[in-house]
Amino acid sequence: MKLSRRCFLSLVAGGAAGTALSPLPWKLADDSSIWSQNWPWTPVPPDGEGTYTLSTCTLCPGGCGINVRKIDDRAIKIEGAKDHPLNDGGVCMLGLSGLQMLYGPTRIQTPLKRAGDRGQGQWKPISWEQAIGEVAQKLGDLRGLGKPQSLACIAAKDTGTVGRLLRRFMSAYGSPNFFRMPSVEDAYEAAIYITQGAIGSAGTDVNNADFILSFGSALLDGYGSPVRVFRANSRLKELNGTVVQVEPRLSNTAAKADKWLAVKPGSEADLALAMAHVIISNNAMNQTFIADQVEGFEAFARMVQEKYAPETAAGKTGLSVDVISEWAMKFASARRPLALYGKGKGQVPGSLKEALAVHALNALVGNINAEGGVWALPAYDYINWPDIETDSVAAAGLQTPRMDGAGTDKYPHARYLTHRIAAGAEGIEALLVAESNPCFSLPNVQAIRTAFEKIPFVVSFSSFMDETAMNADLILPNHTYLERYEDVPVTAGVTQPTVGLCRPVVEPLYKTRHLGDSILQIAKAMKGTVAGAFPWEDYESCLKLTLAGHWETLEEKGVITAAGYAPGGFETASGKFMLMNDDQGAVYMADDVATEGNGNEYPLVLIPYDSIRLASRYVGAAPFMIKTVSDAVIKGQDGYVEINPETAKTLGLADGQLATLTTPVGTAKVGIHYDEGIMPGVVAMPRGLGHTAYDRFLAGKGVNVNELIGFVEDPASGLDAAYGIGAKLA
Amino acid sequence: MKQAQTKHQPKRYGMVIDLDKCTGCGACMVACFSENNVPFKEDETDKRLSITWMKVYKVTNGKKFPDTEVCYFPRPCQHCAGQHEGHSPCVSVCPATATDYGMETGIVSQIYTRCFGCRYCMGACPYHARYFNWWDPVWPKGMERYLSPNVSPRMRGIVEKCSFCYHRYQLARNKAYTEGRRTLKESEYQTACTQACPANAITFGDLNNPDHAVHQMAQPDLHHHYKPKNPHAFRLLERLGTNTKIYYVSSREWVRKAGDNYQVPLTTDSHGPENSGH
Repeated sequence: MKLSRRCFLSLVAGGAAGTALSPLPWKLADDSSIWSQNWPWTPVPPDGEGTYTLSTCTLCPGGCGINVRKIDDRAIKIEGAKDHPLNDGGVCMLGLSGLQMLYGPTRIQTPLKRAGDRGQGQWKPISWEQAIGEVAQKLGDLRGLGKPQSLACIAAKDTGTVGRLLRRFMSAYGSPNFFRMPSVEDAYEAAIYITQGAIGSAGTDVNNADFILSFGSALLDGYGSPVRVFRANSRLKELNGTVVQVEPRLSNTAAKADKWLAVKPGSEADLALAMAHVIISNNAMNQTFIADQVEGFEAFARMVQEKYAPETAAGKTGLSVDVISEWAMKFASARRPLALYGKGKGQVPGSLKEALAVHALNALVGNINAEGGVWALPAYDYINWPDIETDSVAAAGLQTPRMDGAGTDKYPHARYLTHRIAAGAEGIEALLVAESNPCFSLPNVQAIRTAFEKIPFVVSFSSFMDETAMNADLILPNHTYLERYEDVPVTAGVTQPTVGLCRPVVEPLYKTRHLGDSILQIAKAMKGTVAGAFPWEDYESCLKLTLAGHWETLEEKGVITAAGYAPGGFETASGKFMLMNDDQGAVYMADDVATEGNGNEYPLVLIPYDSIRLASRYVGAAPFMIKTVSDAVIKGQDGYVEINPETAKTLGLADGQLATLTTPVGTAKVGIHYDEGIMPGVVAMPRGLGHTAYDRFLAGKGVNVNELIGFVEDPASGLDAAYGIGAKLA
Repeated sequence: MKQAQTKHQPKRYGMVIDLDKCTGCGACMVACFSENNVPFKEDETDKRLSITWMKVYKVTNGKKFPDTEVCYFPRPCQHCAGQHEGHSPCVSVCPATATDYGMETGIVSQIYTRCFGCRYCMGACPYHARYFNWWDPVWPKGMERYLSPNVSPRMRGIVEKCSFCYHRYQLARNKAYTEGRRTLKESEYQTACTQACPANAITFGDLNNPDHAVHQMAQPDLHHHYKPKNPHAFRLLERLGTNTKIYYVSSREWVRKAGDNYQVPLTTDSHGPENSGH
């Protein structure tokens, strides 16, 4: 039978029409969508027995108590610990995101040895025996060559048993080159020592102040112990207290403050000293305190009267004389005024002049070591280990000067000048990095990475594949804070000595090892006096022995606080608060800290800012945090800078467009975001973006501000005092 | 919908958010994500596609530097009661009864297994509180271990929103019943955002119960659709007549006005025109 063309076409058309009219295709489409919706990749979380474990968060220096909800052996939710002396149930976004770090894809699951070139991300898993053995071998060789001082160590903190074990290891080994990551504590420690003769940290009694004058401190973006400061701010709202924020941009803190004093970047010290001038001229000081407990008042008064008249400060800060006088007098007449120092979360030490000036304001109103004021919190003294016996190699190594010059005659007020690590890298043969990410969070980070390339042997103890771990030769991964024991002595502005206990919420998920144990085992493998300095079986027994009588309380309550602690007198030679002496005179008379790149070539000032929605210290922001970041900060992969519309328009930049931001240190592509809340001429960018390591939820988003800003050394202390940098946008 | 007859006074769970205390830190958002198994994607910068049951909005007074002011508005589902109890905009339009009004609690529910994704409710919601799952949620390998068994992860093709942590209500109620109690204490049922808020800006409780803090703060007027009698308190888009259960408190006038700027020109009279939806 021959099929005619006509017949064929009718068949096709008829068949198509028939199929379309029949329910078959629709039924199939419906079935397939239902079928695909039942694909098993939407997980069904298994149920089980629910329990809570009390612990301490270590993701920032705040030391908040956390209560972790578990279902069987899974941790499912982090909550704030109720009745904790610092956070009483409250918790920040970073603390809430901890489980995404614990179970996240950036965990390092086993010791790793670099297989390709540095930074290429090619690793070979090795055993713990081999990892410990290789470190001990390498460090032993250096000692054999008589160069123990060429070992350096960078850590987030120098307190607590882990910080002290690291320092002890360095001492027993024979190197003075232990570094702590820079923070505002460096400057506060210096200011407290110079004025009060006390060695310790500054406690700020925000809970009892009724007037807070903050010189750029991000009270609502992670300053100090964040939840504690949040609570203090809310209390002030209830009691009609006052918060004044001094800052060039309308940060969250400025937005919620009772008064925002928008000053030009870097003029904070001038403002503080002009306020001191107003207070002294109006005789509004605390006369009793000045008379009984202050030394050098006359000299201080002369100095501010000569050099820091409000008229001069008005030009420098951009505020009017009236505004300066008004708020200086309001500060002085408040019942419990408190001036705070430290910009943002306090990741840059800042200028010593500014720290002393702000501290002087507190002294003028007599709230030093008083309720609602600034307290000198003594260093924690619960760690009492036997003295170290050093051998001749170590003794010789310890005699060599620190490679950063801290503590020398030139920089007597600095304990660590960690930003200089790049300059000293030539002399470093081996570097240990613990719980810190210098290849991301130190200023001028390109220089740091270049310096790392010159260091022959870099060991990272990171739990996560961060930028520094990426640039290491060996990684000996630590347990995360949710898998380990650790004591957490808190210094972040607390007025009552507080020690939290971090404890294992879950069993270690991977083949990781406690940093304390790694140190002990490396030391033991090195034998001799290095091994002899560590008489403990393992870290846990070291911790229990060290905490001795406190252990049971810590196990039960998760935290010990010396409630009712009150600071004693001043520890200066005269027993008085040193408002002015030769040391301070030199600081006050010194020139202002200048930014790099002033003048015609760089007409703008780029300032970094801190956001509580981003993590910018040791850990990177978790996916949940990045999810909450505004599309005015990151859009797609692009990071946006805040700029006043007026400034942007003179530069011919439209809202939302991309532009090139150039500073003397680096160049980056950024988006333009018009923001009325920023001073004209200033450009602001958040810290914590622009990661190159970590996972796809974080890496490659925005720009790392540390690639655009370098350090500027404070002439008095040598500490990094950069508040910004000259910049141009095109 | 006819109001169910109950022997006792029903609860009216609601929230008072103190905008003077709220710092915009976003802890409420992440507390909600982690409590309710909210998914996340590689790129969350298209905010229309970003599922955030609780979302913190930033509002400015529109003035130039240095007179600019900023206020943050945390926005959970507003759990509208409408002009008749249960006449919420979303409940009224749902063809699947996938979203319903709890007469006992005043909570607007979302029943995932009933939802077939028509998204009428999203169009009806004046607060953008509802989110559609355009994709199946995917957790990076291993991360599904933190998921809570109390809240089902949602698959693609359905709508989700804030439930006032209803599972916490169920757990608290079960506990009370097993202990022989028929009522819950104020502290027994609190949402995850309330619990986490580091600024103590969020207060949660029963608006019908004069002993609860929310009642005292908002002072709802039972005869005028629960409008707040506290002069500093207001509800978002009050004049739409949605009769919401989230009250905001602010000492700043521009903030209070910004909360109810819908269509009608602003007047100094705090009572907007009555909605004629009766």
